Amino acid sequence: MTSVCLRPSDIALDLNDNEIEKVREILGREPNTVEWAMIDVMWSEHCSYKSSRPVLKLLPREGSRVLVGPGQDAGVVDIGDNLAIVFKIESHNHPSAVDPYNGAATGIGGIIRDILCMGARPIALIDPLRFGLLDEGHTKWLLKYVVKGIGDYGNCIGVPTVGGEVEFDPCFEKNCLVNVGCLGITTHDKIIPSKAGNLGDYLVLMGGSTGRDGIHGVTFASKELSGDSEEDDRGSVQIGDPFTKKRIIDATLEAIETGFVNGLKDLGGGGLTCGTSEMAEASGVGLEINLDEVYLREPDMDTWEIVISESQERMLFIVDPEGLNAVTNVFEKYELPYAFIGKVTDTGRLIMYRGGKLVVDLPPSILTKVPTIDRGYQKPSYLETTRKTKLPSPPKDIEEAIQVLLGSPNIGSKEWIYQQYDHEVGVRTVVKPGKADAAVLRILGKKKGIAVASDCNSHHVYLDPYNGGLEAVVEACRNVTSVGAEPVGMVDCCNFGNPEDPEIFWQFKEAVRGMADACKCLEVPCVGGNVSFYNEDTITGIAIRPAPVVMVVGLMEDVEKAVTMEFKQPGEKIVIVGETIDEVEGSEYYTVIHKIEKSTPPRVDLLKEKRAMFAMLEVIDKGYVTASHDCSRGGLAVALSLMCLKGGLGADVDLEKVPILEKIPLDSLLFSETNGRYILSVRENHLREVLEIFEKRQVKVGIVGEVKKDLILNIKNDSKIVASCSLLNFYESFYQSLRKEMEVA
Amino acid sequence: MNTEIKIGVIRFPGSNCDLDTVYVLRNVLGVSADLVWHKDKLEGFDGIILPGGFAYGDALRAGIIAAYSPVILEVKTLAREGVPIAGICNGFQVLIEAGLLPGALLPNDGLKFICKWINLRIEHSDTAFTNIEKKGGLWKLPIAHGEGKYFADKTILKDLYENNQIVFLYVNDEGEPTEDANPNGSFDSIAGICNLERNVLGLMPHPERGSEKTLSPFRTDHGNRFFQSMIEYIRKGVA
Repeated sequence: MTSVCLRPSDIALDLNDNEIEKVREILGREPNTVEWAMIDVMWSEHCSYKSSRPVLKLLPREGSRVLVGPGQDAGVVDIGDNLAIVFKIESHNHPSAVDPYNGAATGIGGIIRDILCMGARPIALIDPLRFGLLDEGHTKWLLKYVVKGIGDYGNCIGVPTVGGEVEFDPCFEKNCLVNVGCLGITTHDKIIPSKAGNLGDYLVLMGGSTGRDGIHGVTFASKELSGDSEEDDRGSVQIGDPFTKKRIIDATLEAIETGFVNGLKDLGGGGLTCGTSEMAEASGVGLEINLDEVYLREPDMDTWEIVISESQERMLFIVDPEGLNAVTNVFEKYELPYAFIGKVTDTGRLIMYRGGKLVVDLPPSILTKVPTIDRGYQKPSYLETTRKTKLPSPPKDIEEAIQVLLGSPNIGSKEWIYQQYDHEVGVRTVVKPGKADAAVLRILGKKKGIAVASDCNSHHVYLDPYNGGLEAVVEACRNVTSVGAEPVGMVDCCNFGNPEDPEIFWQFKEAVRGMADACKCLEVPCVGGNVSFYNEDTITGIAIRPAPVVMVVGLMEDVEKAVTMEFKQPGEKIVIVGETIDEVEGSEYYTVIHKIEKSTPPRVDLLKEKRAMFAMLEVIDKGYVTASHDCSRGGLAVALSLMCLKGGLGADVDLEKVPILEKIPLDSLLFSETNGRYILSVRENHLREVLEIFEKRQVKVGIVGEVKKDLILNIKNDSKIVASCSLLNFYESFYQSLRKEMEVA
Repeated sequence: MNTEIKIGVIRFPGSNCDLDTVYVLRNVLGVSADLVWHKDKLEGFDGIILPGGFAYGDALRAGIIAAYSPVILEVKTLAREGVPIAGICNGFQVLIEAGLLPGALLPNDGLKFICKWINLRIEHSDTAFTNIEKKGGLWKLPIAHGEGKYFADKTILKDLYENNQIVFLYVNDEGEPTEDANPNGSFDSIAGICNLERNVLGLMPHPERGSEKTLSPFRTDHGNRFFQSMIEYIRKGVA
């Protein structure tokens, strides 16, 4: 040991020597054990964003609709009529990797509390997931129990899981990614700030008891998993209790109705320490807390354990003394335990007592204003070798290639997963999972609808992080646009490897820069997010592919105008929006059919993307579009097949009509994943108007064919039929591939 | 006008389709509907619905704890008085555990929660909840449950057939109760049953989620007929 400073010895700290010295310098004295534990947790990457904060500043936070931006528990966006939507996305990667069931379940528990404590009713969940390949038994175990964890928790609390995405790649085998997004709704007057309210207000802790589960959950999230993680770290995974959570949701919303709740904070990562310090800091007041009042699950807990415990299902209310009874009556109705644990003071300090002794006396800022770290960065060496690939020869049997793609893990139907989630509860889900590129929810009593989608192609991000960051945003926006909703805000969940590695930090910086540029161009503000670092394979130490997952929320004035992706009627014309470019490299076709991984992913042209987006919104709003689908993974061939499959109809398509910039090879035309494209079906009598709108908005389109009754997808090129695909075979491949993998032991 | 008709929707801790049911009753059917907390009095209602969800978090066994809630005694009294009472999904589980309906609901075959749209065939139209539908009618409604496999021993099953108590079957698009169309392994594809007096009925599918065309992938609103039948039953004063 070369440590120059004396390390506090009572408990294990994850702070490095520099940080320990810095703490002593800021505080001007030696913190006691309890204070060290608090500082240790709050200075972790997970709580402090100490590496990522300087980079995240790039993301645009301003927008005419933004009511609450990043920094609070969740972002809030105005949608008119005094209504506001509240949303957030988070990761629960490390807990899910060691205990998939509880890890995934408590991920939902956490995000629900974030929405709730802004004063909103959670109305939808989305779950972007990433796993290794399914031929590994370990992956099947993770997938099975992550899905069950999400289902058991989400179904029980009555919040529908309406969407998400799943990627499979070997890099996620040991370190799966379990992200969870939540959307809530409220009225402007009910929005509750995460502040400590007024002098003399009571601090009321409500919900689950405080135990040893989840001690050091955040510091665990701020480390790589080790080979022994599965055994050693299970104690860091919290255990969820959805039944208590359901009562907490009902009781919290009812307590807010009393009008006496001046502040509200969920106790998640960092527990009581994080909740109290952030609230005190936000309103510049002090808090005095009596830890004897905190009801414990295990009576012999040390003080430092109590203050950093991350036990689930706990909320901290700041209540006006006048309304104390009104609020606690609600808690009693739902048979939820609560305790008056402290008061708001004017000292500006966070003070805690236990057994009559002063145990904590800190300025909240030492916990919340953690010094940032300027991480070094360097372009990764792998990018030098990814650019050169020899073009493979196109497949002899195009039908077979499409069928293989339809059954491949990243494209095949995720029905096996979403049927285990209640996606209907709440009677709001107008467009359901599997029906379109985004889920659409109605707002009860209004005409308006909200669309929500998440996206990220981690393969593309890996091959070009800046461009991949752009793509994550534009594709999520395209998903929302394709149902007819205008993107009004985004949140991001950045999943990366170890930020102390300059090559990883470069990926992170570049991807965020890409997301920021896309958000600025499309005028979609970022209202919140989450960063998960240290995601890497426990055996090889190789980082995951960078996955900046973007969740976009869109608004439509009339939910009845939402468009789904299945073809509706034979005879309708098929229109392709946007040019197809020879960008087949980096495509799913390259990976699955030709096993070529390293190449150049498709570019993003932000201006084209924006023009196509607004043209799409106009044609859908006018009611001209009968089916709409974003064209991305798998290219035109896969997108057209899915629109046929879902509608139980066939199509005749002529590739010569596909808009192009220059002549491109057949397989590129079929499988290139060029951005900025949509496929539509339009009734013949609306065709002229549709073409006019796209022309006016300078978007290239082509009428490529017609929807047919027979279950065959005929693809013509150069006046020859190049494939005549049986949709019955496609159906089997698309719908059964994941089910077969998971159901056959 | 339906507003003089008043329906009580019982809310147990953990119920989660309570607000949905009230919403549909009020906004789609136009009747008065109120939530009733499980410890409150059940007074002045023309009909009662036990909604879906996870009462008591499905602890021990779905529906069992709620079945011992004080409100269930009142439900039993109202049942005897002929008031129409429906249990939807978790509500069906509660009615069974409370002994108001026979049989049992077991974990689904495959042991997984299933959320999807299914076809129902109406076997009898002389109940409080199917009287405006004809026998053999087909409804499209969604299911969402983990413990919905209807089970009954031979004696009970025989009684159910003899007394025409099997009201809903899971069927395919052609209206046949095939194995493929049975989502959870229910005995004889049973999706819903009623009591001998035909005023108490339980079913696993969710009529409240299928009462508006906007919410249906098939643009159907068959769930409406379930509630309209209840209104019709109340109107005629059979109770």
